[in-house]
Amino acid sequence: MNTLEFTVLVAIGSLIAGLVGALTGLGGGVVLVPLLTIFFKVDIRYAIGASLVSVIATSSGAAAAYVKEGFSNIRIGMFLEIATTLGALCGAFLATVVPTRYLAIIFGVMLLYSAYLARKPRTPEQRNLPPDPLATRLRLNGNFPSDEGSMRSYNVQSVPTGFSLMFGAGALSGLLGIGSGAVKVVAMDQAMKIPFKVSTTTSNFMIGVTAAASAGIYLNRGYVDPGLAMPVMLGVLAGSLLGARILIKAETRILRLVFSLVIAFLGAQMIYKGMVGTI
Amino acid sequence: MAWSDQKIEQIIGNLLRAGVMIAALVVFIGALFYLIHHGAAPTDYRVFRGEPSDLRSLNGILHDAFALRGRGIIQLGLVLLILTPVARVAFSIWGFAEEHDRMYVIFTSIVLVILLYSLLGSGSAF
Repeated sequence: MNTLEFTVLVAIGSLIAGLVGALTGLGGGVVLVPLLTIFFKVDIRYAIGASLVSVIATSSGAAAAYVKEGFSNIRIGMFLEIATTLGALCGAFLATVVPTRYLAIIFGVMLLYSAYLARKPRTPEQRNLPPDPLATRLRLNGNFPSDEGSMRSYNVQSVPTGFSLMFGAGALSGLLGIGSGAVKVVAMDQAMKIPFKVSTTTSNFMIGVTAAASAGIYLNRGYVDPGLAMPVMLGVLAGSLLGARILIKAETRILRLVFSLVIAFLGAQMIYKGMVGTI
Repeated sequence: MAWSDQKIEQIIGNLLRAGVMIAALVVFIGALFYLIHHGAAPTDYRVFRGEPSDLRSLNGILHDAFALRGRGIIQLGLVLLILTPVARVAFSIWGFAEEHDRMYVIFTSIVLVILLYSLLGSGSAF
C-alpha cells in the first residue's frame, strides 16, 4: 500500500467512525485506536497520538454549538477540568512506560465498559434536589433550557466524588488517547446528579481541554505522526460535522445497538491481541 | 451589554469553531504538499520509531512548515488545534476577571498552568 492509498483508506474509516459516533452520541474516538491497530496494523502509540488530536477537533467543533445554546455549564466544566487535566498529565506519563500489550488490554476493557454503558437503560432523573453547601459555595448550580421551553434549574450533588471520578476520566484520556466522554458523563449524571443534557454537553466542552493536556506530552515524545494524524483528524472531523447535520432526521436506536456491538467486538479483539502479544 | 456567562459562552463558541476550522485548513494544505511529494512512497506504521526531533518542537515545526514541507505544515495545523482549547481557557480567565469572579479566575488559572506545563515543561518542545 502506498501513502496515497493508505491516507484515503484511513480517512474513509475515520469519516465513518466520526459519523456513527456523532449519530449515536457515543463518540467516534473510542473506535479509532482499534481501527488503526487492528485493520491498518499501526503501532498503538502512533494510533493513540493520532486519536488524541482528532478528539480535540471533534469535541471543540461540537462544544462550539452546545455552549452557544446554553446547555453546557462552563463553571462546572472549568472546575472539573482541574481534575481532568491533572489526570490527563498522569495518564500521558503512564502511557510512555506501560508496555503496549497492557495498553491494548486496558483499552479493550474500556471498550467493553463503553458498550455496556451504551446499552444500560438510563436511570430516571432526580429533580428538585436540595442545594449542597459545597456546590453552592463553588457556584456550580445552574439552569438550562428544558424541553418544556422554560429554564429549569438544578442543584449539583457529591462534588468530591465527581471530582475524583473526573481525575480517573482524565487519566484514561491521557493513557488511551480517547475523550473518555462516557466516564465524564457517568461522573456528572450519576454521581453529581446533573441533568443528562447538561452532563453530555458539559462533558463535550471538557474533552478538548483534557485532550490538550496530554496532547502536548504526546507531541513532545514524538507520538504524533503528521502523515497518520492528518487523515484521521480530517476524516473524523468531516464525519462528525456530517453526523450533526443529519442527527435530527435519523432513527438512531438500531444504529446505537449495532455500534455498541461493534465496540464490544473491538474490545474483545484488543484484549485478545494484548494477551497473545500481537499488537 | 454587561459581562455575563452568556456573553462569555458566545465568544467561547466562536473561538472554538474558528480554531478548529483554521487548524483543519492548515492540515489540509499540508496534506496536499505531503501527498504530492510522498503519495507514491510506501508507508509503514507497524514499527514505532518516534518522530524526528524537528517534528516534536515548535521551532522545528515552524522551520519545516515555512520550508513548505508537507509534514511540517500538517504538524503546524495540529499544534494550532492543540492551542485552541488552551486559548479558550486563557480567554475564560479574562472573562471571569471581567465578572469579578475571583474564585473562577483562580480555578481557570490552575488549568492554564497545567496545560502550559504539558506543552512547555514536559519536554524540549516549545
